[in-house]
This record gives sequence, structure tokens and C-alpha cells, in this order.
Amino acid sequence: RALLAGGGFSTWTYRQGYDVSIPVYSPLSGEVDLPERGPGPRRYFILSSQMALHPEYRSELEALQAENGESVLILDKCTNLSDGVPAVRKRCHKNQVFDYPQVLQESTFCVVIRGARLGQAVLSDVLQAGCVPVIIADSYILPFSEVLDWKRASVVIPEEKMPEMYSILQSVPQRQIEEMQRQARWFWEAYFQSMKAVALATLQIINDRIYPYAAISYEEWNDPPAVKWSSVSNPLFLPLIPPQSQGFTAIVLTYDRVESLFRVITEVSKVPSLSKLLVVWNNQNKNPPEDSLWPKIRVPLKVVRTAENKLSNRFFPYDEIETEAVLAIDDDIIMLTSDELQFGYEVWREFPDRLVGYPGRLHLWDHEMNKWKYESEWTNEVSMVLTGAAFYHKYFNYLYTYKMPGDIKNWVDAHMNCEDIAMNFLVANVTGKSVIKVTPRKKFKCPECTAIDGLSLDQTHMVERSECINKFASVFGTMPLKVVEHRADPVLYKDDFPEKLKSFPNIGSL
Amino acid sequence: MQTRKKYIFLTFLASWLLLFFFGGDKLRHFAFFSGRKAEARRNWPHWTDRSLLKSFADPEELQSDGDPSLPSPRERRAARLSVYKNSRCRMETCFDFSRCQKHGFKVFTYPRERDQPLSESYSKILASVERSRYYTPHPEEACLFILSIDTLDRDHLSSQYVRDVDEKIRGFPLWNGGRNHLIFNLYSGTWPNYTEDLGFDIGQAILAKASFYTESFRPGFDISIPLFSKDHPQRGGEKGWLYQDSLPPKKKYLLVFKGKRYLTGIGSGTRNALHHIHNGQDIVSLTTCKHGKDWQKHKDTRCDKDNVDYEKFDYQELLHNSTFCIVPRGRRLGSFRFLEALQAACVPVLLSDGWELPFAEAIDWGKAAVVGSERLLLQIPSAVRCIPPERVLAFQQQTQFLWDAYFSSVDKIVHTTLEIIKDRLLPHRSRSRFLWNTLPGGLLALPEFSTHPGDFPFYYLQHGSSPSEKFTAFIRATSPASSLSQPILRLIQAVSASQYCAQILVLWSCEKPPPPSGKWPQTTMPLTVIQGRGKLSDRFFPSAAIQTDAVLSLDEHTSLSTSEVDFAFVVWRSFPERIVGFPARSHFWDPEQRRWGYTSRWTNELSIVLTAAAFYHRYYHSLFTEYLPAGLRELAGGLAACEDILMNVLVAAITKLPPIKVTQRKQHKETVPQQVKGTVAGGRHFSQQQDCLNQLADWFGSMPLVSSQLRLDPVLFKDQVSVLRKKYPRLEK
Repeated sequence: RALLAGGGFSTWTYRQGYDVSIPVYSPLSGEVDLPERGPGPRRYFILSSQMALHPEYRSELEALQAENGESVLILDKCTNLSDGVPAVRKRCHKNQVFDYPQVLQESTFCVVIRGARLGQAVLSDVLQAGCVPVIIADSYILPFSEVLDWKRASVVIPEEKMPEMYSILQSVPQRQIEEMQRQARWFWEAYFQSMKAVALATLQIINDRIYPYAAISYEEWNDPPAVKWSSVSNPLFLPLIPPQSQGFTAIVLTYDRVESLFRVITEVSKVPSLSKLLVVWNNQNKNPPEDSLWPKIRVPLKVVRTAENKLSNRFFPYDEIETEAVLAIDDDIIMLTSDELQFGYEVWREFPDRLVGYPGRLHLWDHEMNKWKYESEWTNEVSMVLTGAAFYHKYFNYLYTYKMPGDIKNWVDAHMNCEDIAMNFLVANVTGKSVIKVTPRKKFKCPECTAIDGLSLDQTHMVERSECINKFASVFGTMPLKVVEHRADPVLYKDDFPEKLKSFPNIGSL
Repeated sequence: MQTRKKYIFLTFLASWLLLFFFGGDKLRHFAFFSGRKAEARRNWPHWTDRSLLKSFADPEELQSDGDPSLPSPRERRAARLSVYKNSRCRMETCFDFSRCQKHGFKVFTYPRERDQPLSESYSKILASVERSRYYTPHPEEACLFILSIDTLDRDHLSSQYVRDVDEKIRGFPLWNGGRNHLIFNLYSGTWPNYTEDLGFDIGQAILAKASFYTESFRPGFDISIPLFSKDHPQRGGEKGWLYQDSLPPKKKYLLVFKGKRYLTGIGSGTRNALHHIHNGQDIVSLTTCKHGKDWQKHKDTRCDKDNVDYEKFDYQELLHNSTFCIVPRGRRLGSFRFLEALQAACVPVLLSDGWELPFAEAIDWGKAAVVGSERLLLQIPSAVRCIPPERVLAFQQQTQFLWDAYFSSVDKIVHTTLEIIKDRLLPHRSRSRFLWNTLPGGLLALPEFSTHPGDFPFYYLQHGSSPSEKFTAFIRATSPASSLSQPILRLIQAVSASQYCAQILVLWSCEKPPPPSGKWPQTTMPLTVIQGRGKLSDRFFPSAAIQTDAVLSLDEHTSLSTSEVDFAFVVWRSFPERIVGFPARSHFWDPEQRRWGYTSRWTNELSIVLTAAAFYHRYYHSLFTEYLPAGLRELAGGLAACEDILMNVLVAAITKLPPIKVTQRKQHKETVPQQVKGTVAGGRHFSQQQDCLNQLADWFGSMPLVSSQLRLDPVLFKDQVSVLRKKYPRLEK
């Protein structure tokens, strides 16, 4: 009843889900230092390096070589090596001597043919060299095949199809070959290179069977670090268009601008799809106005009092938010029409995994200063939307509060700035997608507010925003923001068509 | 205290012994004492006790690997054919690959016999095969054979049990010991043990069976299919129940079960224990003793109270409102519950030890279900409580993807089965696990097109790549004139001036031969004329000449400016899986006529973008031509403008998303006359499009088109700012 971790299982001896198929450890793994070879053309297309091939296999390989010439290289034992040269480290073709395993790096594909045993140590050498193994061993259970996706790193060819090997391998697209080479090398580095790696992978597989709900995922097993780094797995990957009936929750962060706040509440309450309004009262020194003073609106209005005046309070996933869609809106944004807000919500429904907002901003690379720069001018491109007025999925509140990388969250709270840039970074990084800017540009804040809020125009403000971008890019280790040249308008926007028949006539009118 | 002392003593003793054995100077060879990590790694395994541990192979021996002369590989392969048969079948020993070489993967179904009644489910399976693009009515072309004998229910107590199957199949000249046959089964064995017995010898046939035991499953040969009911739809299939990604994703209940408790017999062990985890609050696990005729005879002390509780909850209500659903074994390993939970986005918690999960050769169930152990039932509540919300959210979405991709109709179940077998025929041209387990799923990722994720429109983000930076303009010319018309000349000029254009292909579908090369406009852009076969569907022919990811599909009468093309292409690169284009149409449900309507009027919504001027991924040419069955393409070819609609329907069915309309300088030629005239001819044209829409909805089993209320414009479109600042000023004229 013992579990067997074996190096040469066939499909008939392997007890699936019980035994573990392990590699035959190659002693060269520890002895030879082969640096990874980058992509690019290699001298040979197919290479055979095994010394003890059955004559039948060898004659098939020779037939391939006769047909395809120098792109196929078949190596064998060296017969006339001088004393002291280890035979394991040399291979010969006629009188030519090659260093082994270095020669493996000269070929695109390297055949791994079964011997008396199914498992072959040469597989490890081939992977180490970043050569794509061509497995010719019918019924062989490849090492760790329970978790490793060998289709990404190797080509399996039935023994009977050996004569067709050349044409089969030629049908593999070049881009895929390069990825397979990278993948092969990664398998060796992670699971083949030492007995320790082999042992740990074996234990991990058994561990995953015992605790399947905490098991390591396919991606963690198979994606090389470069792919793990460059790929994104969107947490909201299912293409769903949320039902309109759900509506959205508006969240207004406020401190003490009660008059302006009340105007915003009155305006937003006119939007048909608003289902709840949440006021986040960020002022600990002053109580919110009495209930009777608040505007009477048709949807529930709730005031949440915070313990500390922090910007991140705006992005907390409050239990009161029962809809997927959140509209973050500043307490001084009164210029947006009901049509514009309703349209923004409809656009969000079509892009529920993105930030959908009104004022757009751009990040640029400043070649003189060699760093990122924040841009709020009239540009043809956008890469961010301000969260002073933006729709997004509640899930991002959860991410902002609990999964923000590094010290960004605290940094934002300490500086009382850039919470919107942080949100843009977070969403772009996790989804790999751009923001959607809706409707034309206009002045957003009320005229009388600009005087108080002169800060926005201030040069120091722009410098600080640029600093934020640079700071966040370094914490994320990359620049996740995506630049696009489009914005969303209603289908019939500015078309020569009766305004009264348009769903959203009142757009960009200010 | 005592145990602690004991351990301290033992540790001391052990370390003393170690010192004694190896001597102090050898100790530093241990990796954890040396601290020279890099060096230690290079020489691994560096056994300090090499003298004690014998090495079983030296490098030389490993590389020479035994005696190569015996046995000959050819002899060994021949010998294994006779040894590994029947219960030890594998593709390489029991399947004749040579049958699939000439005609490819073709599937033949035996002709129905009149006196042979078929169950509803088996009729659907046969219909699915016959609807698939692999079907052939000619046995000599076939690679795979499917019997017309209903083998779904092999419980001999069942009314649908077919007798004397052995005798019948032996009479079939094509049977050939079952080689290259595929047998479907949902129920095997009978009371009391419900074994894997089918009541006939399947020989070397591949078995596609529900409730498969791992022990009797022939890996890489058999296929485990889900149990489905006779009401399971033939095609289309119901949608999943998840319509929003709520947060927190936890629903009213954490974990639910409602079902029978077997008092005796196989499976009773698990079902008897289920009531233990019931807490009446977030975990609801209800059992009833009522089943079979004589349950009263076996009833125990719990039964009466359990039966009362059982009636208090509605199964559907639980299914809708629970995060996790227990899917325990019944008498057999699989149950209807499995698909029900999957559809309901209630993450299945499997308690069915030894069950080979459905399509596990392709599907990574660890992403959509919690695989529990029957013996560890009591650990389940704490295990599911520990799963973090983001993982639950991913689980829920994955159940919906899998349900929709592989399970929601008999067509999908059967086609998945066939595709898995087809993948085994050419391993180097088969789908990786990534393609099977990522949206839109394996059935829609054709390995004939490519096996590389970067070649498809769906995986750029997961793969960390982006679509190519150029496009191919594909212009279709059909007018009978022998010289080139003005519009096509203007179109070629406009397109070739685009900085993103790589080449222009003209598909010449006229009777007359195309003009000589000197008559074509002189551009620096490579221009190729392809002779069409005069069929409408040529438009979507996957021409090898298309080398870029993006295709700009155009009609000769289309009028576009370079700015429009440039902007649309930049937009397409952000949405490479969608159709991005100019003139749009919309569909709507006409409640009076109870059918789908089609309109080209200016509306506030759109769901179709005409391919007379649209960007899309070249893969859609392959899907259109190779994935859609010929019958459907013929249907579309017979109705006016139906191919356009079919392409939109196809892309919407895959992506579940609307197409994207971009800014258009002036109205596309086609829209204006229809708006103004609405002549009789126009009317008929229209009714054909309505017919088309309705027939496609019928074929797909639902209406895949999705409406959009937006158009994408350049960021500064019609904004009050100097045109000098605008990148696309010409779009505003």
C-alpha cells in the first residue's frame, strides 16, 4: 500500500492519483553550470545525444538525417578519447567531438528516446539546456505529470510516428518554440535541478492531494516567473453585464462643506438608477447635521461616521454597499447632469471590471527628468480617471482596503493626496485593462469652489501628483496604467438626430 | 511535563549518537551547519554518509541505460498489442489511429433500427453527434463509431434496459471487437451494489460513462461524463445563475445539502453522516429516510424528526442561496446534484471518494470545486470557512464558465467528449490545459488554428502579450464591372495611407477576371488579389495570406477615411476579442409577433456591427469556417445579409459581449436610403434578416447578441478646444 515515487512509470504500472512520477535525476545537473540561453536561431533543428539507443531507433534517426541533412545531428559515444577525459561529458559524430551537455543548447529540439527503462536521465539535461524535449517513449508517464502541463514544454511523438518527426516538429509555430524553451528551462530549475527540488515537488504533490482545497494552482506550478510577472488574472474574469435593476450606491466623502454636499445629494438623487446614498462623514470634530436638515430624497440615505479623517475611508467596503456598482463622488461635484451620471452607470455595466469616470488624466514619461509625470491638460489620451466622480466595482474597495501592495495605503492617508491615483494603479494592475472615460470634458467643480480649492491649480499640487505616480510605480514594480485614445459617448452623441429621441440628450451641455 | 522531559532526553541522545557516528569534523558537511549555501547546492546530493548509502547507478550507467539490444522496440510494440487489451486498453493498444489518417476525425453513427427504442437522452446524444462538424454518414471514412443501441441505462431492473446487447453487437460487421467505438453510459450495475458492470462486453471500445470509478477507469482512454437528466436541453442550454459578482461573495447559507439518507446499502455510510454537520444556521444539511417502498422497515430513531425538518426547506431555495453545496455520492458516485450546483454557482463540495471527475482529462476541477473526502466529512465546515472571499469569487465564476462551456446542453457534453478524443490523435496539435480551463474554453479554441495562446484573441492578458501592431485590409469585390470602380479605388487609397496597415487583400468574387496589376492604384502597400469562389462565405475564408492578428473587413462600396481607420484600429487593440466597426444595427424582441426583430434605424442601442467596415481578429475567420457546421453556413448564405449577422452572433456567443461602434465621419452608404425609402425591396431584404436572426437564435438555442448603449469616440471628440490639439480632427467634419 506504499506510495511509490518512481522514475519510469508506464501507464500500466502507474496508479493515478496515488503514485508520483518523478524524474530520473541527472548527476550532471549539479556538476555543470549551463546558463540559460536566450531565444534565437540555433544551429540544429533536431539533436539526438543518447549513447545507448536501440539500433532500430538509431536507424530511424539516421533515415531522418539522410532526408533532412545537417539540421539533424545524431551523436553517439566517442570511441577514441584520450585518457582522463570523462566519456560522459563528450559526444561524437563521426570524428567530430562535442561537449556534453553544452551541445544540447545548439539545438531547437532534443529527442528523448526510451531505453531499457522508460525514464531517461537525459530528459533533465535537455531541459537544463533549454532545448525542447521530443519524447519518444510510448506509455511513459512524464515526471510530475499530475501537476505539470508537459504540452507547454515538450512534444510527445508516438514511437510509430518517428519517421514523421521532422514534419511534425516543423508545424510548431516559432513563437511557441521559444515559449517551450523557456518553459523547459523553468521546469528544470523548479523541479529537476537537485534531489532536493525533486523531493520537495513530490511532497508538495502528496500534500495537495491531502488538502486539495489548499492546493497549489495550475498557474503556480506551470507559469515561469517571467509569465507570472507579465500576465494578469482578472479577479472579475467572467463576462457578466450586471442587471440594470441592481442600481448603484453613491458614496460621498465629506468633511464640512454641508451646503455643497446637500446640492450634490439633491443632484445625484435625480439619477434613475441610484439605489442608495452613503455619506462618509470624515470630520471627527463636528457632528453631521440633524436628520431633519438633510435633503429628502427617494432612496435610502445613510451617514457613516469615521474614526479618523483618512482618505482611504472613501474606499472602505462598507456593508451598507449592497450593489456591485459604486459611484464615488466628491462633495463639490455638482456639474454632472443626471443623464451623464445615468449614462456613466450604463457604461460601467458594460465594463464592470474597470474604472469608469468623467475627468480623465494621463501619465507621461519625462525624458529630461527620467521619471513619470502627471498630466491634466487637454490631451488626446487618458490613462486614469479621477475618483471625484467615477463608477467602479465594490470588489475594488475590498482590494484597496485589504490588498493594496506595500505602504501605499498608509502613505496616501499620511499625505492626504493621490488616493485616486492609487485606485487607478490598483485596478489597472489587477485587471490589465484601461479606464473608460465617459462624456466630453468640462469644468467639474462649481465656480465658487475653485477659489477655495485653488490647490488643484497649484503647481506644487502637480509636482506632488507626479511624485505619487513615481512612488506607486516603484511599489508595484511596474507601470500598470494603460493609455487609450478613446472615451465613451452615447451611440447617437452629436449625431444629426432629434434630441428628444435620444436616450441621453443632456450630455456635455455645460 | 513528563513527555517534554522525555523528548529533551531523546534529542540529546540522538545528537550524541550522531556525533559518535560521524565524528566532529564531518558535521560541517551538513548543509545546515555549513552556511555555504551556493556551494552546497551545486554539489547536491552531497551525502555525508555516502559510505553507508549505496548508489544504484553511476553517471555512465544512467546514460547507457541497460542493454539496448533486447527486446526490439518493434517487437515490444507488437507484443503489447496482445497483452494490453480490454480492461487494460490504452489508445496506443486498442485504438486504430490509421483509420483517422485519411479523412481526419470523422464520426459515424450506426443507422437506427426501427424496432429498437431509444431513450430521450440517447436520441439527443446521437443528434448531437450528427449535428457536429465531425459527423459522417459513410462508415469507410469514419475514425470513430457510435452504436445505435441505447447503452445509457444498464440497470437490468430499468425499463430502458436493452437486452441481448452482446448478441447484437457481435452481428455488426463494423464492430471489430469494439475498436474505435465509443460507448455512452449513464447508469451501470444494479441494486444492491451498483457495480461498474454494463451487462455486455465492450471489448476495446472507449467508454464514456457517468459515475466512473477511478479503479475501472482506463486513463487516457475512457472518458468520465457527467450524469444528466432526460430533460437536459439538446442545445443552447440554460444560463448559469450567477448574474453578479457580489462582495462579500458569501450568500445566506454557507453550506447546504438536502437529499435522501440511505438506511442501508452502498453509499449509506456517507449519507448517514451528513446530518452531523447541520447547525440550522449557516449550514443546512437535511436528510429524509423516505425513499424506496420499504423505508419504514429500516427506519431508525432519527427518521421522524429528520423527515419533518426536511420538509421545512425548499431545495431550489437552498441552491440559490448557498455558497457551497455538498455533492455526496448516491448509490452511484455521480449525481444530478453535481450539474445543478454547477449551474447555480453553488461551489460543489464533493464527497464521492474514487470518482473520476467529469472530463478530468481536460478540466482542472481544483478551480471550481472543493474535493472533500467521505471519511473526513466533519472537517468540511471548517475547511470551507477558511476559503478567502477572493477565492470563493473565483470559484463561483469558474463554475459558471465550466457550466456554460462544457455542460449546459447535451451538445456541449457530447462535443467535449469528442474533442477530448480528437486531442489524443495528434498530441502535438492538441489543447493545453490552459486552453481548456480559460474562457472561452476548449471547444472554442481550435488547435488546428494554433496551439499557441498568443495567436488567439482571448488570452492576451493572461498570456502577457498584445495583439500585433498592424492590420490586413480585406476588401471584397463583387460588382460585375470589368474596370475598377471609383469607390474601391478611393477605399484602397484611404486604407493604404493608414500607418497601421500591413497589406491589402482583395477578394475578387466576380465572374470576370480581375483587372491586370497595372490597373490597380499604385501604393507602397503590398496588394494581393485572391480569386474567390463566388460564394458569400468566402468573405470569412481563413486565407493563409492574412498574417496579422487584425483584419479590416471591407466591402468595395464602403467609404472610409484614413483617420477613421486609424482610430478604429487603435480602439480594436484595446478590445481584440470583439468586432470593432462603423455601421451598426440592432436586434429587439417583438412581443406582438413573438419573434426577434432587426432594425437599421438610428437607435440608442446597437448589437450588430456590419462587417462591411469592421475590425476583428483573424481567428474569427477560422471559427466561422471550421467551427460552424456546414448546414448553418449554408442557411446563412441563403438569406440576405445573414452572414454578417451570423458573424456577429458567433462572436457574441463566444465573448458574451456586444460589438463596439466607433466614430464615423459620415453615415455609411447603406443606412441612408433605407431610412428614407423603405421600399418593398428593402422590406423583403429586411424580413430575410429577421428570418436569419430567428433561425440563428433557434440554432444556438438562445439569442446570443448583446446590446450596447455606447460609442467610442476620440478623447477630445467635438470638445471645445483648438483642432490643432486634436489627434483626429478629420473625424469631426
